[in-house]
Amino acid sequence: MKKSFVIGALIATVFSSSAFAREQIKVVGSSTVYPFSTIVAERFGKNTKFKTPVIESTGSGGGIKLFCAGVGLQHPDVANASRRIKAKELASCTNNGVTVTEFIVGNDGLAFANSKQTAQMNVSIAHFAAALAAELPANNGGALIANPNQTWADVDAYVAEYTGEEPLGLPSTKIRVLVPPPTSGTRDAMGALFMKNGHKKLGTYEAVGKKGSERLREDGAAIEVGENDNLIVEKLVADPDLMGVFGFSFFDQNRDKVHASALDGIELTFDTIAEYDYPGARPLYAYVKREHLEVIPGLQKFFKEFISERALGIDGYLFPAGLVPLSEDDFAEQSAKTRKFPALSM
Amino acid sequence: MRQHYTAIIAKSLQARHRRERGLKYLGLISILFGFAFLLILLGNIASNGLSALWQSHIQLEVTVPADAVLDEHGAISEDMVFETNWNGIVQKSLRTEFPDAKGMRARRAVGKLVSANAGFWLKEKILANPELLDSPQKFWFKTSDEVDQYIKGHMDISVPESDRRLSDQQLAWADTLVEQGLLERHFNTTFFTQADSREPESAGILGAVVGSAMAMLVTLVLALPLAVMSAIYLEYFAKPGRMTDFIEVNINNLAAVPSIVFGLLGLTVFLNFFNMPRSAPLVGGMVLSLMTLPTIIIAARASIRAVPPSIRDAALGLGASKMQAALDHVLPMAMPGILTGTIIGMAQALGESAPLLMIGMVAFVVDVPAAITDPATALPVQIYIWSDSAERAFYEKASLAILFLVAFLILMNMAAVLLRRRFERHH
Repeated sequence: MKKSFVIGALIATVFSSSAFAREQIKVVGSSTVYPFSTIVAERFGKNTKFKTPVIESTGSGGGIKLFCAGVGLQHPDVANASRRIKAKELASCTNNGVTVTEFIVGNDGLAFANSKQTAQMNVSIAHFAAALAAELPANNGGALIANPNQTWADVDAYVAEYTGEEPLGLPSTKIRVLVPPPTSGTRDAMGALFMKNGHKKLGTYEAVGKKGSERLREDGAAIEVGENDNLIVEKLVADPDLMGVFGFSFFDQNRDKVHASALDGIELTFDTIAEYDYPGARPLYAYVKREHLEVIPGLQKFFKEFISERALGIDGYLFPAGLVPLSEDDFAEQSAKTRKFPALSM
Repeated sequence: MRQHYTAIIAKSLQARHRRERGLKYLGLISILFGFAFLLILLGNIASNGLSALWQSHIQLEVTVPADAVLDEHGAISEDMVFETNWNGIVQKSLRTEFPDAKGMRARRAVGKLVSANAGFWLKEKILANPELLDSPQKFWFKTSDEVDQYIKGHMDISVPESDRRLSDQQLAWADTLVEQGLLERHFNTTFFTQADSREPESAGILGAVVGSAMAMLVTLVLALPLAVMSAIYLEYFAKPGRMTDFIEVNINNLAAVPSIVFGLLGLTVFLNFFNMPRSAPLVGGMVLSLMTLPTIIIAARASIRAVPPSIRDAALGLGASKMQAALDHVLPMAMPGILTGTIIGMAQALGESAPLLMIGMVAFVVDVPAAITDPATALPVQIYIWSDSAERAFYEKASLAILFLVAFLILMNMAAVLLRRRFERHH
């Protein structure tokens, strides 16, 4: 008798739960933005009367998909992304009645790093592309072949021969690079900043084509790992011959264990990212659902906190966590958006 | 002739005994092997995690002026509490300890010694005890996670200064505080009384424990009656035939389905179709109950089948209905077995994080859930989130949480054994 009552009560909750009001902001998206937006959320919860926002790390692509699914309490209010929303994604948002305001919340740099036990692997992004491309033209402008480079010395020779530049004297260790999974924005950024631009620099972009330029080889040289960046750092320490690609904040926290390669001769620092000198520099984004601004308590205030000098500024509390601040002009532009929340169109 | 046979038998008996001993030792070695690995694993986790039971604190003397909290009538004013720079009060007091630290950089470096949440802590403390206003008070504030790691010896100070989270100067300041007796390690109650936080020193496990407990309760309430009813139907009422075989094959298949699939099911059915709240222990429990259901059904059927048919026959023979025979006579005898199956299923569910990922329970949740529809995480999820955090101090937190999860499992198993004993005594 008692049991059936409990079950009955549960079933009643199930069917009435859609009527539950939601008191806290829900955020989904990039695992790179996650550490920063959680810090803002916690402060927001402690400083205001609003509940602390709930933040899920789903990867940029997965987050935007959830975010664009529709308007209503069961859908998230904010999507973080470590790359810009794609036109296709924005269209699906629009189809579901969602309009968005775009914020750039800061800058990040893709670290290409290895263990401190081995020497820094200072290469150009042309080497990166030549190491990880699925297909490359045979030297001297030949037809496309499966990537022939097995070691970094092979890559060195290939790039030197292709571009006519002096070889760098790279070691003859086998190419093995830990790369982020396809759902993550970091992977997209790596595709665009290291692979595509690398092919352009190498001069093979025309030959491999737009799609082919971002394709990674599948013979075990590029090793996909999950979104857990700590795991990447641990693997790098355990195996000094491994290389890894991950976000700046994890590099910043693990400087005693790993060092980042200088790419195209530019070291990975706060300044080279802020100035966009470093080839792996990229902006980080947050998208808010405009339809929810008046519905979810505190949503506007949350963005006023996020896009504030005390959070994003050079003295802000996100700087020590590894977020590279925006330039003054960029900050002013983003900050102005928190007044009217203009709709994004592409 | 006879002697000849006994000699052969004696000889073969010897060989048989030898083999028997071999088998016995082989079994013993296997157990020892497994046990050794368990010890290594737990020992490793414990050595990493037990240090998280302590947290470094700095003693500071602060004076909170009355106008930080009270309006002109002497009542607590929320606006004034909001306006007050609580962290500033802590920082100011900290700087008086190091008057030689001048300039922006040095001041910021000093500020990094205490937790970024120290101001919030002070606010809570003062609001709870307004009588402390306007007089100098000595409080123990948490240090930042970096200082805490240094004090615990988890920071490699042999690397160059630029590669460390703390500068030589900051380390020297921390050492001075230790010498003056102003920096001590205290028991970390926060770990057991708070939910998640981005500052490792303020992070606790309570939110995850409550979330797990709620989800487990939902799982138990849903899965146990459903499984027992299914088992009774299949054993006593279902007519043997194609349909029953089909159901049986499917139940066995379900037990082997990877858990993430149940998460996907939860996402499409519970969240998208029924519009149930995301990240809620209610949905988590429902998904986990789907996952444990086949395990319990299989165990329940086996233990019902193990009850001697004579019991049921006798009940039926004396005029009991099928239902009476099943509920009053067979089920109580089958209960110990059913409970064992339930516990195995629940223990599996407790350690599961993959299906929870799909329904949004892998999330940053700072508020302890108060209802089964509130956003929450679960223990394994909390471990995963902490192990994925950049700050080194979360590593020991994750290890301690693992120990806690193991303790939780042991507790569950003990409850189960006690329950079984009670049932066995009654029958």
